[in-house]
Amino acid sequence: MNKLLNWVDERLPVVDAWNKHVGKYYAPKNFNVWYFFGSLAMLVLVNQLITGIWLTMSYNPTAEGAFASVEYIMRDVQWGWLLRYLHSTGASAFFVVVYCHMFRGLMYGSYKKPRELIWIFGMLIYLVLMAEAFMGYLLPWGQMSYWGAQVIVNLFGAIPLIGDDLSLWIRGDYLISGITLNRFFALHVVALPIVLLGLVVLHILALHEVGSNNPDGIDIKKNKDENGIPKDGIPFHPYYTVHDLMGVGVFFFVFFIVVFFFPEMGGLFLEAPNFEPANALKTPNHIAPVWYFTPFYAMLRAVTIDLFGLDAKFWGVVVMGGAIAILFVLPWLDKSPVRSMRYKGIFSKVALTLFVISFVVLGYLGIVPATEARTTLAQILTTIYFLYFILMPFYTRMEKTKPVPERVTG
Amino acid sequence: MKKLIVGLFISLLPALTLAAVASAPLDNMEPDHANKASLQRGAALFTNYCMGCHSMEYARYKRVSEDLGIPAELYEENLIFTGAKIGELMKNSMNKDMAASWFGAPPPDLTLSSRLRGEDWIYSYLRGFYKDDSRPLGVNNVVFANVGMPHVLADLQGLCAVEPRIGVDPSVDPLSGDIRNGEVCPEWETEGSMSPQEFNSAMYDLTNFMSYMGDPVKLERERLGMFALIFVAIFFIFAYLLNREYWKDIH
Repeated sequence: MNKLLNWVDERLPVVDAWNKHVGKYYAPKNFNVWYFFGSLAMLVLVNQLITGIWLTMSYNPTAEGAFASVEYIMRDVQWGWLLRYLHSTGASAFFVVVYCHMFRGLMYGSYKKPRELIWIFGMLIYLVLMAEAFMGYLLPWGQMSYWGAQVIVNLFGAIPLIGDDLSLWIRGDYLISGITLNRFFALHVVALPIVLLGLVVLHILALHEVGSNNPDGIDIKKNKDENGIPKDGIPFHPYYTVHDLMGVGVFFFVFFIVVFFFPEMGGLFLEAPNFEPANALKTPNHIAPVWYFTPFYAMLRAVTIDLFGLDAKFWGVVVMGGAIAILFVLPWLDKSPVRSMRYKGIFSKVALTLFVISFVVLGYLGIVPATEARTTLAQILTTIYFLYFILMPFYTRMEKTKPVPERVTG
Repeated sequence: MKKLIVGLFISLLPALTLAAVASAPLDNMEPDHANKASLQRGAALFTNYCMGCHSMEYARYKRVSEDLGIPAELYEENLIFTGAKIGELMKNSMNKDMAASWFGAPPPDLTLSSRLRGEDWIYSYLRGFYKDDSRPLGVNNVVFANVGMPHVLADLQGLCAVEPRIGVDPSVDPLSGDIRNGEVCPEWETEGSMSPQEFNSAMYDLTNFMSYMGDPVKLERERLGMFALIFVAIFFIFAYLLNREYWKDIH
């Protein structure tokens, strides 16, 4: 066995790679519960890839056969129902863990220098993940698949001059049709997963280059022992592998409760109208995207005024796009001398709290039908969402921060 | 550890805000897929009264016969009218184009109706027909206004002369102690062969069958789910102990 390893290692730096990324990768010893979500995101990604491959074996990507083939998977394919529910629940679980992972980054300043690139790769992952989820949702070819795709693709039509041609180009047809389904299928199962995996590799390579942040936001590499090992660092393996194993246990417990007992999650993970085949002639009463898109959908609907001769829908798309785009520049908005929320001042704490509340409530508002009062509320919350970022250079500079300790705390 | 659980639950909180859409009040119906007798009666009712127009084209006869405990020969003799083999999908011979001209829209496939509309809706809808001469077929439905479907169960239920009370709790008269509004239909145009109680029970069976058809693997899924959870719980205990063993050196 050792001989074989040596043989390979002389030709491929496997031992080196293992040590760099796992065996001698020194991570801060004070990770808390929020640090489980990175490895859990990886776990869900693997789940999506494996169940996705097996679903592809029985799925029929045509407008005529897609809906029936999903039911074929649910009824006639051995364990098909389990594969499908693991995949559909996994999609939502992906966003749950990614949102928690991003919140962790916001809370402990993990995006700050020198981790800007990690954050940007992470944001690109989030972007691709949204495209992946959106295209995947069309594949069952149910009513909500169809009309959800219709609404989202039509958003591109709001762009002046090129809009209509652009949405036509995306659909490949004058309305969502089998042609759209085929190209979304190709992108969902081949193109986007490749991009996603590439970005995940870059995300982790960039992380391992500069080292992990921690709840104190302390640079552990400043304090090394005589062997050059950070005093507050411990090897990722075995310490964090066994640690993450516990997280995997808890995650699967919750995940399986949904998969086996509430696969529709009350209509949030699988929407009821999607149990009816797509029908281009019958619009559902209420079109709502899946829950992970609803904060942005609420922002889109919150914009109700025409401006500069362009209609509100266009500005809604701008706001929605801006809400995601502004996250990319976050590392340069935060001017605080400290990373972690533990040592930031009161303004930052209040701002982050308001930001989280606005995001969650916007998510709720995006699910329910719009009323006048709800639209007003969505407008206020959208403003708060943006103010969190726009005012960040000011409040992070103005506030009084606490002194950061030399060594990590518990 | 406590932090871990709390963290996970908080992360799932957004998922708990259920999307509620207001609609006509409905009677409650709790499906029971373990009640095979009820499912068998439901299957018989569906085949005899519904399947002429409504297919269940995503399901197979054989699966139904196996899950419901109906021997294949009996099933073929009594519950397949189209000459289909038992392994085939549950289609019918209705021509969709012609059906559209008869009813306004072709009768929808009902395999997934329980997941599209919910059991409460089906149970209420089936009992919600009443006489309405302004409609082409002479009947209307309180749950599905201006429905294009005739009251095919009128032989069993009878025809209610006024709008039946669906989704209304019976009230008790405070003076006499009598139960008011207990009956679904207060006034009959024609009587059916079943009493209201018998009809309610038959519609429970039919709804139960349709619920099963929408989610045939439910019982098996929940049974396996218990094993999956027990496995994960035991896995967690070992992961926890392993983690504790490694981490006892870290201060």
